[in-house]
Amino acid sequence: MNKLAPLALGAALAAGPALADLVFPDLSYRTGPYAAGGIPFSDGYQDYFTLVNERDGGIGGVRAQVIECETGYNTEKGVECYEATKGQGALIYQPLSTGITYQLIPKVEADGIPLHTMGYGRTSAANGKVFEWVFNYPANYWDAASVAIKYLLEENGGDLGGKKITLLYHNSAYGKEPIRTLEDLSKKHGFTLNTIPVDHPGQEQKSQWLQIRRERPDYVIMWGWGVMNQVAVQEAANIRFPMDHFIGNWWAGAEHDVTPAGMAADGYKSLNMNKIGDLPVFEDIKTYVHDKGMAAGDGSNLGKVLYTRGMYAAMLAVEAAKTAQGLHGTPDIDASMMRDGMEALEMTAAKMEALGAPGIGPEFSVSCANHGGSGMGIVQQWNAGEGKWVALTDFIAPDDAIIDPLIEDDSMAFAAENEISLRCE
Amino acid sequence: MFYREAGDFKTSYNEDNQTFPILFDRYRYYAVLVVAFAVIPFVVNDYWANAIFVPFLIYAIAALGLNILVGYCGQLSLGTGGFMAVGAYACYKLMTAFPDVSIVFHVIGAGLVTAAVGVLFGLPSLRIKGFYLAVATLAAQFFLVWLFNKVPWFYNNSASGQISAPERTVFSIPVTGPNTDAWAKYMICLVFVVVLAWIARNLTRGTVGRSWMAIRDMDIAAEIIGVNPLKAKLTAFAVSSFYVGIAGALFFAVYLGAVEVGEAFGIQKSFLILFMVIIGGLGSIFGSFAGAAFLVLLPVLLKNVLVGAMGWPTDLAAHLELMIVGALIILFLIAEPHGLAQLWRIGKEKLRLWPFPH
Repeated sequence: MNKLAPLALGAALAAGPALADLVFPDLSYRTGPYAAGGIPFSDGYQDYFTLVNERDGGIGGVRAQVIECETGYNTEKGVECYEATKGQGALIYQPLSTGITYQLIPKVEADGIPLHTMGYGRTSAANGKVFEWVFNYPANYWDAASVAIKYLLEENGGDLGGKKITLLYHNSAYGKEPIRTLEDLSKKHGFTLNTIPVDHPGQEQKSQWLQIRRERPDYVIMWGWGVMNQVAVQEAANIRFPMDHFIGNWWAGAEHDVTPAGMAADGYKSLNMNKIGDLPVFEDIKTYVHDKGMAAGDGSNLGKVLYTRGMYAAMLAVEAAKTAQGLHGTPDIDASMMRDGMEALEMTAAKMEALGAPGIGPEFSVSCANHGGSGMGIVQQWNAGEGKWVALTDFIAPDDAIIDPLIEDDSMAFAAENEISLRCE
Repeated sequence: MFYREAGDFKTSYNEDNQTFPILFDRYRYYAVLVVAFAVIPFVVNDYWANAIFVPFLIYAIAALGLNILVGYCGQLSLGTGGFMAVGAYACYKLMTAFPDVSIVFHVIGAGLVTAAVGVLFGLPSLRIKGFYLAVATLAAQFFLVWLFNKVPWFYNNSASGQISAPERTVFSIPVTGPNTDAWAKYMICLVFVVVLAWIARNLTRGTVGRSWMAIRDMDIAAEIIGVNPLKAKLTAFAVSSFYVGIAGALFFAVYLGAVEVGEAFGIQKSFLILFMVIIGGLGSIFGSFAGAAFLVLLPVLLKNVLVGAMGWPTDLAAHLELMIVGALIILFLIAEPHGLAQLWRIGKEKLRLWPFPH
């Protein structure tokens, strides 16, 4: 009765996954104010699994199955999607939403399903001693904030003293994450930090940019997502803010964020956690997936920034699954084996080269204590004339002296609140 | 035929005035209660609890609360989302400040705090009404959300500004936090719903409810016959906010477990609950349940049919869902402007005479 109940609602005819399949739910959002980012990410995520199925015959011989569920970036729908899919053998969740991540962290800990929040979600989940089931490698928000400041330090000859930096952020958990890190960094490097919130969904930013025009900061750092990014870039152009002094984080640096502003967006910078450009793996996706008519979505996003990131997310999941299969000596892994695989994951340059994606991300390895990866990121710049992003730097390491204590504090507070004992030293 | 009244004689005023005067109706109501209390808890699983029953029950409480204000007292309010946020944050502060107290008291406490805030924002109703009042309560909505975003004290200075519910128990059974069983979540909400609906029903047919309705129907006439508008309006705001606050507290603590104020309690929540009240039927207890069921269950049902059964792309289904729900709302309101409750009432009238209509 229990198991049959949800089916009675009309799902009865849906083809349930064959028992042997490895199930990867995709909590995507292709509607709402954040769809612009959700669509290419989800396309890349799904296409990579299709590629692995078509080219390699699955992961270790077992086919991967993606169950898509539309959340609309809405936490209530996200919970509904999680409950609807978790019973079908879900191996890993990647919701691409900080709000939904906060909902799911306690749930996955109770249900024993790993949660991978790549470059988003709860930053202190990098402490694997406390968060057994949550991973956020290869980098997190605090790393991003630190990388941005490190880049600015380099640009200014190592001294940001007396400079004014404004953080323009999405007024939500997502946008508030970097504030504490930036505050600590401002104390360390002597710049003044000013924070300006933008309310969901971010279509209205006139007053914020008036304030920026009045205060004339040296740099604006943006923590935006969805429709907010496009509006911000346009507003920055309207007040003639120098674009190369405007840096978005890695969720504010894709094609759709800058193209609406046209040439005015030329020179806008953003962080990225994955390298961009032509990767050999795109050829494979074209041959094995798109040419066969199996592309997710309308197939127009191949190679875009967020498509690449979605594919990278799927690639890390597949590699973790392979690691898990090796560890446990069976191709039919379950969620807890998947977790072991993620904890033993190692991404080396040779491995990425072999996957057809040389240098797509930094080299890193995951361990029991460190679920956060290396935390490195690059800075890229938009070239509006050619319509593409250009990498300005190599991978920059964050300032661990600032971030590690913050992670320690926050995760220990969580551990104390929830009476969690540490798993390892 | 279905509602046969033959032989069902009322011999006292009390009997004639009971909530379910028809015997069959009364048995049906008991049957629903028996199923809700004695059957569902044993068969409910995570999906049914988290995606269907718990949101339905919580939204039903919120709709009941708003219905008291809008449906019974005629004071249009768009601040429901903000008041739910008050309930959620009050519950969070109480939960973290007094960890040893049972969550039931925290939820009731959250309701009381919200009632106080509701009265405060209800004060303008003494001078303005209709659209002007709607705008004043809209201000409450935006102010409260801004406040909970702005002041770190409300979210205990957490880095992300989110509040998340720690584990709390009732009779040492966890009802909040990740280790809660589906049935425990369901039961705590059900108990609150049943008690609150019972109170609402009895309030609305007693003196207080009559004075609310008098104010709703014509405030000047009500004043002339001796209804105190200050008392009537402010009690309506207090009771309504109490319900909405309890809904907010349960929404945060039991249903979601973690909440971001702008996303969970934004203006769209106010509209959603107002739609529930309008579609369900203004001034009807049953209508609050029908409206909540319509707006909570229909999208889930459509999603399961379109994506689960028919295998359509998720984005297409999401767009169609909006269109279908929207079209149905308009259709229902054209067919019966007084909502689902009135449709039900008419249906019952017809069934009483069936198969021999006049």
